[in-house]
Amino acid sequence: MSDFLRSYLTVGIFGLIGVALVGVFLGLGKILRPNKPTLAKTEAYESGVEPTGDMWSQANIRYYVFALLFVMFDVEAVFIFPWATRLEAYGTFGLIEMAIFIFILLLGLLYAWRKGVLKWA
Amino acid sequence: MQLLAQVSSETDLYVAQNIFFAVIAGTMIYAAFRVVTTANVVHAALWLVVVLAGVAVQFLFLGAEFVAVTQVLVYIGAVIVLFLFGVMLTRASMGDDETVAGEKRAMAAIVGVLLFAVMAVALVDSFEDTRVDIDGPQGVVEVSDAIFSQYIVPFEAVSVLLLAALIGAIVVARKD
Repeated sequence: MSDFLRSYLTVGIFGLIGVALVGVFLGLGKILRPNKPTLAKTEAYESGVEPTGDMWSQANIRYYVFALLFVMFDVEAVFIFPWATRLEAYGTFGLIEMAIFIFILLLGLLYAWRKGVLKWA
Repeated sequence: MQLLAQVSSETDLYVAQNIFFAVIAGTMIYAAFRVVTTANVVHAALWLVVVLAGVAVQFLFLGAEFVAVTQVLVYIGAVIVLFLFGVMLTRASMGDDETVAGEKRAMAAIVGVLLFAVMAVALVDSFEDTRVDIDGPQGVVEVSDAIFSQYIVPFEAVSVLLLAALIGAIVVARKD
C-alpha cells in the first residue's frame, strides 16, 4: 500500500509544480505589466474582424453526434489502457482478444459512416 | 532498530495520507459548494471537474488505481464533455443566470439535505463500524490480468454493449 502511494507522490509533486508554475507566472505577469485598459484593448480579438453579436451562440446540433462518438471510444480506451500495461505478458492471445474488441466497436463507426453522420453537409 | 525506523516511516506515511485526504476532501466540498452556488452553468461544470478529480485521488488513496484512471477518463473526459455540449446546444444564455434563486434554491436545499440524510443513514446502517480490510493496492496490472483471464467473455460482451449504445445514440441523435 505504502509503496503504491509513494509512487503516486511523484505524480502529486508534478501536479503541484504544474499548478505552481501557472500561478507564479500569471501572478508575476500581473505584477509586472502596466494596466491601462482602453475600449479597443478589451475587445475580443477575432482575426482582425470586429466582433459582432453576443459572446454566446447556440451550437449546431450536429456536434452532439461527435461528442457521443467520443464518449463511446473513450470508454473503449478505458479497456485498452489496462491491456496496454500487460501487452507483453499476453502476447498473441491478448492481441487477438483486443482485435476482436476493437473490431466490434469499429462496426459502430462503420455504421455511423454509412449513415452519413460523419459527413459535414 | 531498523524495524522501528520502518514502523515509524509507515506511521509517517499514514499521517501524510490523512493530511492529504483532509486537504482533498476540503477542496472537494468547496468545489461541490461552488457547483451549486455559481450562477454561470459553464463555471458549474468546470467546478464539477475539480470535484471529480478529487474523487479520483480518493480512489488512489484506497489503492484502486484502475477505478481512479476510469474516473479521470470517463467522468472528467467524457461526462464533462457531454455536460458542456449540452450547455452549448441549449438556447439558454451561457452567462450568469440570475433567475435561479428564491424558492427554487430552498427546494433544492431541502432535496439535497434529504438525499444526504438518506444516503448517510443507509451507509451507517449497513456498515456501522465494520473495518473494511483492503489487502494491498489493486493496480491496473491486477485488474488487467483479471479481465484477460477470468472475465474475458464479459469483456468481449462489453464491446457488443458499447456497439449497441453507439448505434442507439446515432439513431436518436440523427432525428434533428
